[in-house]
Amino acid sequence: MQLNVNGSTHEVDVEPDTPLLWVIREEIGLTGTKFGCGIAQCGACTVLVDGQPTRSCVTPAEGLEGAKITTIETVEDDPVGKKVVEAWVDQQVPQCGYCQSGQVMAATALLTQTPNPSDADIDAAMTNLCRCGTYNKLRAAIRSASEG
Amino acid sequence: MKDLTPDPNRPLNVSRRGFLAGTGALVLSVSLPTRNARAQGEAAPVDAYLALNTDGTATLQSPFIEGGQGVFSALAQIVGEELDLEPSQIAVECAPPGDAYKTIDGARFTGGSLSIRSSYTLMRTLGASARTMLVQAAADAWGVEAGEVTTEPGTILHEASGRQAGFGDFAEAAMDMPVPTGVSLRDPVEFRWIRQPLPRYDVRSKSTGQAEYSIDVQIDGLLNAAVRHAPRLGLTPSSVENLDEVEAMRGVHSVHMLDGAVAVVADKFWQARRAVESAKIAWEAGDSNYPMPADFSSTEFRDVLRAEAGPGVEVEAEGDAPQALENAETVIEAEYDAPFLVHGQLEPPSTTARFNKDGTLDLWLPNQAPEMFQGAAAGAAGIPAENIRIHSQLLGGFFGRHFLYADASPFPQAIQLARATGRPVKVLWTREEEFLRDANRPMAVARFRGAVDANGPAALAIEAVGEAPIGRWYGASPGQDGSAHEGLSGKPYAIGNRRVGHVFVQNPAMIGFWRSVGHSMNDFFYESFLDELAEAAGRDPFEMRHDLLEGSNRHRTLLETVADLSGGWQGTAFDAEGGERRARGVAMASPFGSETATIAEVSLDGGAVRVHQVWVAIDPGQIVNPAVIEAQVQSAVALGVSQTLVEELVYDDGEPQARNFDLYPILRPDQMPEVHVRIVESGATMGGVGEPGLPGVAPAIVNAVANLTGQRVRSLPLSKYDFG
Ligand code: FES
Ligand code: FES
Repeated sequence: MQLNVNGSTHEVDVEPDTPLLWVIREEIGLTGTKFGCGIAQCGACTVLVDGQPTRSCVTPAEGLEGAKITTIETVEDDPVGKKVVEAWVDQQVPQCGYCQSGQVMAATALLTQTPNPSDADIDAAMTNLCRCGTYNKLRAAIRSASEG
Repeated sequence: MKDLTPDPNRPLNVSRRGFLAGTGALVLSVSLPTRNARAQGEAAPVDAYLALNTDGTATLQSPFIEGGQGVFSALAQIVGEELDLEPSQIAVECAPPGDAYKTIDGARFTGGSLSIRSSYTLMRTLGASARTMLVQAAADAWGVEAGEVTTEPGTILHEASGRQAGFGDFAEAAMDMPVPTGVSLRDPVEFRWIRQPLPRYDVRSKSTGQAEYSIDVQIDGLLNAAVRHAPRLGLTPSSVENLDEVEAMRGVHSVHMLDGAVAVVADKFWQARRAVESAKIAWEAGDSNYPMPADFSSTEFRDVLRAEAGPGVEVEAEGDAPQALENAETVIEAEYDAPFLVHGQLEPPSTTARFNKDGTLDLWLPNQAPEMFQGAAAGAAGIPAENIRIHSQLLGGFFGRHFLYADASPFPQAIQLARATGRPVKVLWTREEEFLRDANRPMAVARFRGAVDANGPAALAIEAVGEAPIGRWYGASPGQDGSAHEGLSGKPYAIGNRRVGHVFVQNPAMIGFWRSVGHSMNDFFYESFLDELAEAAGRDPFEMRHDLLEGSNRHRTLLETVADLSGGWQGTAFDAEGGERRARGVAMASPFGSETATIAEVSLDGGAVRVHQVWVAIDPGQIVNPAVIEAQVQSAVALGVSQTLVEELVYDDGEPQARNFDLYPILRPDQMPEVHVRIVESGATMGGVGEPGLPGVAPAIVNAVANLTGQRVRSLPLSKYDFG
């Protein structure tokens, strides 16, 4: 099947139900998207599918032909994504960093759809887990990106 | 190197050009005596390595592993301060295995919140020595007195002649300078980078997906493996019923019966995983040093702990607690417990193994102790340790997960599969397989008996019941195992009659170190019971603590600081904005050489506890980077709130009932309180930073809940209770 990832078309030969996460990591070779739980609990695997934050570990590759898939590797090509990354660096958000690809993708989707999110908007959109507990810095970074 | 160390604090130039191939000109090795060696009156070498590069940068080999705690950045800050080089110009790498890096009492590990405090003087001495050698090299070349040569960051200057040069220009020449003895270190009042909230070096790469972890290791010819673990240790596969089917699945290279697991090796991990999930495996009794009983239940084990009689091996005593309790009119008794916990680091464990033509073995793996893993890998591979290269990877969280525990790491599987296939193999555990093999924070019980007079506690007897990780993994016997009773012992309060005992009960589960170890539960037990004593004495818990700290200004200051930070102590429940009823609780802890005072504010949301704010005053004695400390306290508080509210690993029939984050919840973003941190730098001996923020959280929350609801919780987590 053909998948459009980060603006390029990739011909991949996988079982149709292979999760998008593993297509991205193993077939296309982009390892910025992480595996944490495999059951849509943690959000480490979050990518954008047509702009929607998507837990790629439970999203079968079949049915994604024609969709526009964006991963952390090109997030800075997007003006909102770039702003988010800068806010992440300014606020020194990451600790171990393992959840942060997913967090940046989720925040980019949020701020694209809702440039000035309320606390409730942030609560609703930012549901990815962080075992290092960077939650307060995440929120501060989203605030500063939405103001900047 | 050993016989070249007359002055134990004197760095030795061991490079003689190219000791570390390709790293540039100057390589320093510093030998410092370990505490043990000092006690024996003989210097054992403890080496760290600094290379000055000809481009003016420097490279530091770190004895410690980076897993988000900011240690690499802090080391660069310390070395840079004395070397007079911007910390951003110092690249830090995790050093390979070697005796040189055993900086903690002759051992090497990243844990115990020990990294910076154990190496602070060493790192400063390294930086200062390298600077002195650069100055000497320049002075010789310019034909001037070294005393007239100064430095500015990255630059060597001779003011009188107007000469100046970059560090890189003299990196080569500095190498041939004698290593100075007795270098003087900067006066702390002149610090430019130490004590500053400098940004960490790896934040951008972690915000853009560029940071690489064990799971991301890519090497030529790599095969990928997925495993299914036996449902409990002590079982091993006897057959795979549908072996032919599994072998015929797409991408599958081979199927392997391992000790306690079945592995499928395939081109891709997902293919291996799909195949191994489809395997119909029959299990039979096998060998294990830690077999899990088929009927093990954590609920029943808690009863076993409760039933084990004291008083246990005495670990701390003052006055005569038994007598004082005997004479007391009223004795207050309580029993507390805490559950098994998983580490839940977000990166599941993996290992990549490659045998080379020359018989050596490369291993890429997460670890908190490279030499220990190297030694264990040598046993697993049946080759000498020196033939194994350990590539320690950036850790996707650790919290104690990556110490060496039995049967808890994928490297023996990776070694076996690489040998069997003749190809490099990466083994990755799914979260479900990780839940079956994590080394848990042990379940434990603490029993208290206390007596009060009008001022507060007059006598206190405590029994810590259970088994702890230092005993399990390093052979400490009951009484010698601080990880069993830390946080019950070592408290700062002046209670005249007290006794702490350890009642050992072997734990059938695999147990390990979990962020703040014994403190993660013992301070919850102690500080909660202290509030019970305050209630019995009719005292405000804050005021009573303040009185009990008479004689320790350090602790009193800290307690006053956290009260101030929270806007003044509030001892009774109050109406918050919007009319919601809230209350606060307070607790103190003395973990890992630092001191903390914590206040938490809670309300009820339906029948559940909501934590709104946590205030932490922390006194690590001396500091390196306040931003790192603040981040570590935020992180430790999050884990503390998580274990208080929601975490509990339940075993039934010898198996953990949760295998992923669906049935074992961890703290969600909408459950995170606001966290306010104030650092007090008392000047005391430097303490740790990574763990100390955690222990005060549970008791502060539980004391707040008692204050709010009148209900005293003696067993975590709070999600077990309905407060509605
Ligand atoms: S890995 Fe996809 S949600 Fe956890
Ligand atoms: S930064 Fe470590 S899990 Fe989020």
